[in-house]
Amino acid sequence: MIAPAKSDLVTVNVDGKEIAVPKGTNVIEAARLVGVDVPYYCYHPKLTVVGNCRMCLIEMGMPAVDPVSKAPIMDPVTGKQKINWIPRPQIGCATNASPGLHIRTNTPQIKDCREGVMEFLLINHPLDCPICDQAGECKLQEQSTGYGRGYSRFIEQKNVKPKRTQLGPRVTLDDERCILCSRCIRFCKEIAKDDVLGFVDRGSYSTLTCYPGKALANNYSLNTVDICPVGALTSTDFRFKMRVWFLKQTNSIDTESSVGANTVVWSREGVIYRITPRRNDEVNDTWLADSARDLYKPVRAADRLGSPLVSGSAATGEVAMAKAAEFLKSSAGSVAVVGSGRSSVEEQFLTRKLATALQASTHLVSRTGEGDKLLISADRNPNVRGALVIGLIAQLPKSTLGELGAAIDAGRVKAVVSVGEDLAAAGLTTAQLAKVAIVYLGTHANATTAAAKVVLPTLMTFEKNGTFVNQQFRLQKFFKAVPGPTGAVEDVAVLARLVAGCGGAAVAGEINTLWTTIAAEVPALQTVTFANLPETGLLLDATPWATLPFVEGETLHYKPAAQPASS
Amino acid sequence: MSVKIVERKPLTLAERTYIPQIVGGLKTTWKHLVRPKETMEYPEQRPAIPPRYRGVPTLVRDPHGREKCVSCQLCEFVCPPKAIRITPGEIPPDSATAHVEKGPQAFDIDMLRCIYCGMCEEVCPEEAIVLQNQFSMSGYSRDEMINHKDRLYELGGTLPDKHLKWDKKKAAEEHGNAH
Repeated sequence: MIAPAKSDLVTVNVDGKEIAVPKGTNVIEAARLVGVDVPYYCYHPKLTVVGNCRMCLIEMGMPAVDPVSKAPIMDPVTGKQKINWIPRPQIGCATNASPGLHIRTNTPQIKDCREGVMEFLLINHPLDCPICDQAGECKLQEQSTGYGRGYSRFIEQKNVKPKRTQLGPRVTLDDERCILCSRCIRFCKEIAKDDVLGFVDRGSYSTLTCYPGKALANNYSLNTVDICPVGALTSTDFRFKMRVWFLKQTNSIDTESSVGANTVVWSREGVIYRITPRRNDEVNDTWLADSARDLYKPVRAADRLGSPLVSGSAATGEVAMAKAAEFLKSSAGSVAVVGSGRSSVEEQFLTRKLATALQASTHLVSRTGEGDKLLISADRNPNVRGALVIGLIAQLPKSTLGELGAAIDAGRVKAVVSVGEDLAAAGLTTAQLAKVAIVYLGTHANATTAAAKVVLPTLMTFEKNGTFVNQQFRLQKFFKAVPGPTGAVEDVAVLARLVAGCGGAAVAGEINTLWTTIAAEVPALQTVTFANLPETGLLLDATPWATLPFVEGETLHYKPAAQPASS
Repeated sequence: MSVKIVERKPLTLAERTYIPQIVGGLKTTWKHLVRPKETMEYPEQRPAIPPRYRGVPTLVRDPHGREKCVSCQLCEFVCPPKAIRITPGEIPPDSATAHVEKGPQAFDIDMLRCIYCGMCEEVCPEEAIVLQNQFSMSGYSRDEMINHKDRLYELGGTLPDKHLKWDKKKAAEEHGNAH
């Protein structure tokens, strides 16, 4: 049976190729679907259309009808309905698909238009690509190669505009490079709701500037750098650090909050240089908070744990893991396991296995802050829902470990395993820490590592593979971008060794193999493997946890469920 | 298979005296004794280097003493044996060339890796890296064979500049465009 055509689909013809698209789709997107490239600068899929760069000019036509009878006029040569072409070019970004719309992008007129637009854009462009940070990912470079004339006829003096302007704490502006696309202005107005940018002066003197006395200082300012098609807005942090063509891109997830924004980590030879957003229309669109772009800085911090420690002195990994297992096994029954909302799903699964092997109580620490209604939620742990799905916890965590403290004081807990949680920061006193034997798995030195019996250095998010469950119960994976420091071992490998050492059933200490166990044991994840998890994540069924009083407020693409009246 | 026996000719009188052969040999010897020398007393004497010779890659300054490299890292990218390593940096705002904005903090060429292909010179948009007439590099350790930035400028010296584009840029900036 042939499915009836959806009523909201219309057929458009792009360069002779027919395609059905939803009504109102703009021509740039429709052309993309048939593999026709319509170049553009000012258009952005997530911003309003202004049509001021004129790069996306196309020829447009509609099927001819008789003005009076509305009967189609046929072309006797082809036998098809005649197309009335508009003699002048139209902009593609502001042309919406309507039934029978015809578009031509490969005619001599369009080629001329593009060459003309490119020539005008390059008239006052400084052509300082050798010192420009955008070089290599610059739309102006790409499109002057693809659609430009190839040589310059301009012999007059170029305009002089302000250079090296600090628009805000993180953004540097070079006005000479600006092509006045106004993407940054629209972003600030529409997405960041902080309308501080604008154009002043007229004609070729038009200049992008900040409102007097204001600064582009909001926590989303670096998105203007991402969407700037040229090198006018550049990141002060990344300025002159490395050329982009050297950098390796690795998909990752923002660990700043439970939003789980999709990111790309850019690294060269084991050093991370920057983090940028990755488009996911269900989570973060194409945006990312500035604070999320600084998260790579602790990777090479001075207080990074490098060597396993047993009672404060360096030991080999083997010895330290054996010692840790020995401590824990000897006090089985009076052990507490403190998992983490920052651990990946796999690590939380193994944390649960460890707790089962030791008949230990499990704890989690919550971190909350104020959400910004955009891409930072109130829950600052990226993976609390992972712990719920995997069964590490059944209730939402509290911000302090009061129960654990009481149990230590009462002598019921003799040993504590902490997976990356600073117990002192979570409310345990120095006296309480001194009473118990602590096994700490973590990345950086803190008060707990100082008090710990065994310290096992592990890896940060950028140094391992894994998955997080975000606030929408979307399972998303992140990949290893850089190798970890010498002496640090992947968390799942350490946990798997501890589980085996404490008498639990042997589990794999490697993500891909581990997922077969997870899929077999966790009903919600039974069809999932690490390899088949889509890049944009997999939405899990959230109904078993629908009644829990989650702390998140509304953010981009997330509306909290109505809270139960009792909470 | 048949065998054909060739009879050896008897030697003539002149051949039996060996004198023509000795004279012929001595003629060749004397000819080479008096001919100009093909070799030279290296290193006291040095060969003349033809123009466009591809010697050791060096960094050059423009006639006003500005270091021409802006650390765009294209040579590092194009270098087939990965001999070049650049650490880019910002030119301090109080410098006379602050308008160039970017310059190399460190510039190392590993001459144990360099294959003298000249692609770095070809790709350089600022004409800052030039393979000049220095052809002999030697050292006692691997470290000595890495040319750092100061050594590269020492080897490169100053070359004429037809464009002086950054000077023009600065002049335009100072002149401004009144409107």
